[in-house]
Amino acid sequence: MRIPCPYCGERDAHEFSYLGDATLTRPDPAAADAEQAFHDYVYLRDNPAGAHEEWWYHANGCRQWLRVTRDTRTHAISGAAPARKSGEPA
Amino acid sequence: MRYSFLSILANGLSGQKGWTPTWRDAAPKPGYDVIIVGGGGHGLATAYYLAKVHGIRNVAVIEKSVIGSGNAGRNTTIIRSNYLLPGNEPFYEWSMKLWEGLEQELNYNAMVSQRGILNLFHSDAQRDAYARRGNAMRLAGVDSKLMDKAGVRAMYPFLNFDNARFPIQGGLLQARAGTARHDAVVWGYARGADRLGVDIVQNCEVTGFLREGDAIVGVETSRGDIRAGKVAVAVAGSSSRVAAMAGLRLPMESHVLQAFVSEGLKPMVDGVITFGAGHFYISQSDKGGLVFGGDIDGYNSYAQRGNLPVIEDVCEGGMALMPRIGRLRLLRHWGGIMDMSMDGSPIIDRTPVPGLYLNAGWCYGGFKATPASGWCFAHLLATGAPHDTAGAFRLDRFRTGHLIDEKGVGAQPNLH
Repeated sequence: MRIPCPYCGERDAHEFSYLGDATLTRPDPAAADAEQAFHDYVYLRDNPAGAHEEWWYHANGCRQWLRVTRDTRTHAISGAAPARKSGEPA
Repeated sequence: MRYSFLSILANGLSGQKGWTPTWRDAAPKPGYDVIIVGGGGHGLATAYYLAKVHGIRNVAVIEKSVIGSGNAGRNTTIIRSNYLLPGNEPFYEWSMKLWEGLEQELNYNAMVSQRGILNLFHSDAQRDAYARRGNAMRLAGVDSKLMDKAGVRAMYPFLNFDNARFPIQGGLLQARAGTARHDAVVWGYARGADRLGVDIVQNCEVTGFLREGDAIVGVETSRGDIRAGKVAVAVAGSSSRVAAMAGLRLPMESHVLQAFVSEGLKPMVDGVITFGAGHFYISQSDKGGLVFGGDIDGYNSYAQRGNLPVIEDVCEGGMALMPRIGRLRLLRHWGGIMDMSMDGSPIIDRTPVPGLYLNAGWCYGGFKATPASGWCFAHLLATGAPHDTAGAFRLDRFRTGHLIDEKGVGAQPNLH
């Protein structure tokens, strides 16, 4: 499996470490339903068989977080973009 | 047909013409009391114990491919009950007891071999942790023995005791643990269930659920709709996909776990050995191949195949443990889709949807659990209450905080 890093080009997956589902959003801890929302955020997953948005960290490379789109049925990677949008503060 | 020495003798003398199919390849009926989705070891064991223990025989096991073609055919065949926590240990010990009587119960040779499992430790801290686990096992009435270095050396003199980073200091032995023949377990349960009237329906994929109001009253399949009083799901790595058809999100990720078998050798490893400083476990099959495995690949996958970095990692573990296997060639390797629950422990429970029951979240450890998983799932389906040994395997434990934190890793790859 090779991941097309936007900074380093196509690199072997063993240079990266994996975090998981990139579609989850950390809930507002001050919200009224925070307990329920954090349960869902921490534990529940869509776990799709097909296109999966996920975080990878290029630990042995540019040390940037990437948002990778990968098919979980074939491991084919259709895209990788920097996790941080350009212009956002570090 | 009951298998016995006489049946072998009679068929041997009559040209092997008297054997009958081991089970019927049934066509689905319009309805059943219980439908079990998933024809792996757990689903078939559930059907068998439903019919045998609870007398519920109007049961179908529905399998999208052929029985035993998922994780039941993709594991390293280890059976053991060396767990620490009160939520786990009685359940796995119940499984071990069922393994011990399985072949007589099923009249089928599952090649259960209690050759012992030895978990090696490599540091003082790890020795203390294993001593604690061994004591917890003994408190639960399970055999365990803490071995020192000399004891381990007497058992397995070929291990690398003087590894510079991970010298072997000893090990925790469960002598009653061992291995079983994975396919025979599937076939034995299928035959046993079939003889009690259970329909085993192959090549029948569930495509949706039949609903009346909130409740699930059957399944839509590639071979037509089938109604059921209760629908029980035991589909391992596909649990999230099936649950999604019922509108449920599960505390689970599907990951690929690879396993390996070497070319055949003369007898060399007569038990199961696990490396404590990495993740590597090895045994030798009766055909002579070394069967071994390691960690999950560490990313969501439904592909049933993995990648090279983990193969390298597993082989490094093997070389650190027993350098003599360095020139062996691999015969085969394969991947299975693990239903990695978020605390690393299983779920045997009803779901929030009336009529739908779930057996999932077995992570690496589903094979050893097969008999007790079937027993306890059948108990839940028949009586409506969890079995005494499986009461902790609740689906809502992530909400209530009653996690079963045996290893503290769950599906999170960077914790493995």
